[in-house]
Amino acid sequence: MSRYTATTPENLAAMLAAIGVGSLQEIFDRQIPAGVRLGRELDLPDGLCEQDVYEHLRALAARNTSAEDEVSFLGAGMYDHYVPALIDMLMERSEFLTPYTPYQPEISQGGLQVMFEYQTAICELTGLPVSNASVYEGPSAVAAAGYLAKLHNGKSRFVVSAGLHPHSIETLRTNAHGYGMELIEVPLSGGVTDPEEWAAAIDADTSAAIFAQPNFHGAVEDAAALSAAAKSAARDNAEGAPVVIAQIDPIALGVLAAPGECGVDVAVGEGQPLGNRLDFGGPSFGLFAAREEYLRRMPGRIAGETVDVDGRRGFVLTLQTREQHIRREKATSNICTAQALNALGGVVYLSWLGRQGIVELGELLLARTHYARETLASIDGVEKLHSQPVIREFALRLDADVAAVKARCAANGFNPGVDIQALTGREEDRGGLLVAITERRSRAEIDRLADVLGAAVAAERQAVPA
Amino acid sequence: MTGLTELPLQRQRAKTIFQKGAPGRRAFVCPELDVPTVDPETLLPRRFRRAEPPRLPEVSEPEIVRHYVSISKRNFDLDSGFYPLGSCTMKHNPRLHERVAALPGHARLHPLQDPEHAQGALELMWNLQQALAEISGLPHISLQPSAGSHGELAGVLLTRAYHEAKGEHRHKVLTPDTAHGTNPATVTMAGLEVVKVATNSGGGVDLDDLRAKADGDVACLMLTNPNTLGLFDPNISEIAEIVHGIGATLYYDGANLNAVMGLSRPGDMGFDIVHFNLHKSFTQPHGGGGPGSGPIAVSDRIAPFLPRPLVVRGEDGAFDLDYDSERSIGRLRGFQGNYGCFVRAYAYICSLGADGLKDASEMAVLNANYLLALLKRKGVAEYLPLAYGELCLHEFVLSGGPMKRELGVKTLDLAKRLLDFGFHPPTVYFPLLVEEALMVEPTETETKETLDAFADAIAEILAEAVEDPEIAKNAPYSTPVRRLDEVAAAKHPVIRQAL
Repeated sequence: MSRYTATTPENLAAMLAAIGVGSLQEIFDRQIPAGVRLGRELDLPDGLCEQDVYEHLRALAARNTSAEDEVSFLGAGMYDHYVPALIDMLMERSEFLTPYTPYQPEISQGGLQVMFEYQTAICELTGLPVSNASVYEGPSAVAAAGYLAKLHNGKSRFVVSAGLHPHSIETLRTNAHGYGMELIEVPLSGGVTDPEEWAAAIDADTSAAIFAQPNFHGAVEDAAALSAAAKSAARDNAEGAPVVIAQIDPIALGVLAAPGECGVDVAVGEGQPLGNRLDFGGPSFGLFAAREEYLRRMPGRIAGETVDVDGRRGFVLTLQTREQHIRREKATSNICTAQALNALGGVVYLSWLGRQGIVELGELLLARTHYARETLASIDGVEKLHSQPVIREFALRLDADVAAVKARCAANGFNPGVDIQALTGREEDRGGLLVAITERRSRAEIDRLADVLGAAVAAERQAVPA
Repeated sequence: MTGLTELPLQRQRAKTIFQKGAPGRRAFVCPELDVPTVDPETLLPRRFRRAEPPRLPEVSEPEIVRHYVSISKRNFDLDSGFYPLGSCTMKHNPRLHERVAALPGHARLHPLQDPEHAQGALELMWNLQQALAEISGLPHISLQPSAGSHGELAGVLLTRAYHEAKGEHRHKVLTPDTAHGTNPATVTMAGLEVVKVATNSGGGVDLDDLRAKADGDVACLMLTNPNTLGLFDPNISEIAEIVHGIGATLYYDGANLNAVMGLSRPGDMGFDIVHFNLHKSFTQPHGGGGPGSGPIAVSDRIAPFLPRPLVVRGEDGAFDLDYDSERSIGRLRGFQGNYGCFVRAYAYICSLGADGLKDASEMAVLNANYLLALLKRKGVAEYLPLAYGELCLHEFVLSGGPMKRELGVKTLDLAKRLLDFGFHPPTVYFPLLVEEALMVEPTETETKETLDAFADAIAEILAEAVEDPEIAKNAPYSTPVRRLDEVAAAKHPVIRQAL
């Protein structure tokens, strides 16, 4: 069905005459060899009118159980935070939604200023001096940080905490195979990265030392100690210490020490908690901040301040000699289209939360997460996987089949969290349940979850005696 | 014309959100603390705590709205005017897509929801995969890559895995000198080496040069067809034969797919791997630089290496995610890809159907050729000749070389003067092999009247430049800011608001 086009038969005749061809077909016949022309219609359904497309997409949406349809404690990288209405309104404005990358700064000051403000907010949040204008999302941001380390010191190995999100580890591995890096995984001990194994794994060939804060099991790592250990483990090495990379959860940084204060060189993370929707996993944005010395190796767009010919303040894309469209095979990254609109959502969210709000929200998450953890861990057949401090998510071990327990909870309108083993595929994670708390999950909901989960675990233990 | 008289938008000096507000001002109201108070040290020991809150803005909600709405007006956008940016396919973004993507069943669906409770999403992904396979002529799809360049990275890593599985370590990737910058950048990131292939006088791949460089070390040839000159390579079958003859793979950069949907398929041309740009051909809005989405389609021999997870359909018709493909290159990112973009692209394909997609490509090609014909007029063509060929597909490249030599006006000046006429300029200075290149892609959603007005504007700017080249050289005059000092910005980078 012709759609969104405007060529009338009269237009067509006039246009073909201007081109100097007898038919539309002639334009193609003169350019595309007959052997590679399709010569038939695509085997796809016929087009639909707008209301029928809406109904079809609505019917598909209705077959999903969203966070609107159940009380959800799912997390593990993306979280059901409340997205304020003003973000929807601003992200849907034509002026932000429909432009391309700001290659013509004179008519792109809105988008460029948003990038500049976003960079400022991320620098403040992370306590690091430089930020780019965003990369794709969390795990690929970890891989991009690894590539930065490789370009920076040319060493051959990444040392990675097992507390990193499994998707981050796998993404890093996929990318590292390309540029020939080895990965060494340091296990968790008592819920956090084992400090001795961490120090032992880092040597003169270590390009980057990478951990998550909080880690995949929700535990707060001793970031300052991990950074210091990474630097001192390589102290005698003439080429310098490895690049210390932390994958951070930005929503925690109202209460948690900033990576920049903990000796971290590059902080990356999934930006979704900052005003972006769940969207079944994307689009969101990846944040990427670093110490000054890495500025010229950063991937992605960076907005910089300057003046116009009349002296007015303005913004441009800067340090473009890092980028693929200028440097081609010598670029610091191949990234081109990234996540500008999602980063807009991020900076508007941080402005909406504000300086006090991000602390208040962090304290609320701390208190409710603590309450939920203690309440759920007191259930018979449920225990804490570790006893480290947690901020917004915690891991439990169920003495029952997690999938079966989840199914019982779902029948009661609850999703108790992520089955850790289903995500990692590791035998040692059997029974693991990762429970996430956002400001949307009230005490009443947590109490009801305790009832539902308790009943489900009890029923499963009875059904399948140990 | 000298900028001495300021327009209202110019009079507003840029002030960031960090320079607004006042201490103690706020928008957020925190939900009530409904759980028992616990000693802060128990919740989070002091040594892990942040000493000072981050210096985020302190602003009210009305202030936030006014700030961002005001600065939005300092952007030019596709909804306001013609945006013929070559290789970017700035076609209309239907608002229906925003409405369906915002339905809570899509927008508030958690990526780790159990597949049995996400059947609608998986079916949508499955249907989109089927459609992309049919459009590309390649049967196996991964929707995971986040953008075109991410799809390219997937493609080169797939090529590498394919050769490695055969025990071969081929280290060279051929790219034409007309290639998008992302192609060579990707090759380096995948640990391989770029070898450039020359362009012949017709704008296609130089076959002699290709044969000379096609040896057993070549892993892949990356090609855009039609290429960045808007030209379909007439020797594509021969190119495919040469590449397959040395055991290498053929990679299709799908940035220009909008020229050939329903007309010619990369799979039928002999390509092994294709990436799509859902934010180009399939109308995902560009968002001022993303989000995008870059699914890939591959042939049978590449399929075992596709990224994990894959959407699969069981015998009972239920959809699932398969994480177990053992020869997979692994993940390229978290979760399943940019699902929100899949919803929009799928809605677009449902709206158009088979004949609508073909119509879109036909009208895109018609519009490009019509605009090209208009620009062959006297007063324009002598300054801005077509760089290669006679006709084009969805886009064409003019050379501003004569304009620069005869009028002293560069392509950049022409682009800046177009801003005063209310148009977004075409892509400039790309592809690199064309002197003072101006790359024009009107897309199928523009009216004849818009194309006429754009051609008239180019003619007027050139006529004006013949009289007084200084006008273009100092343009623009009517934009919120005028030409910006990019050199100073790069020399002493200021990339955040000082607080």
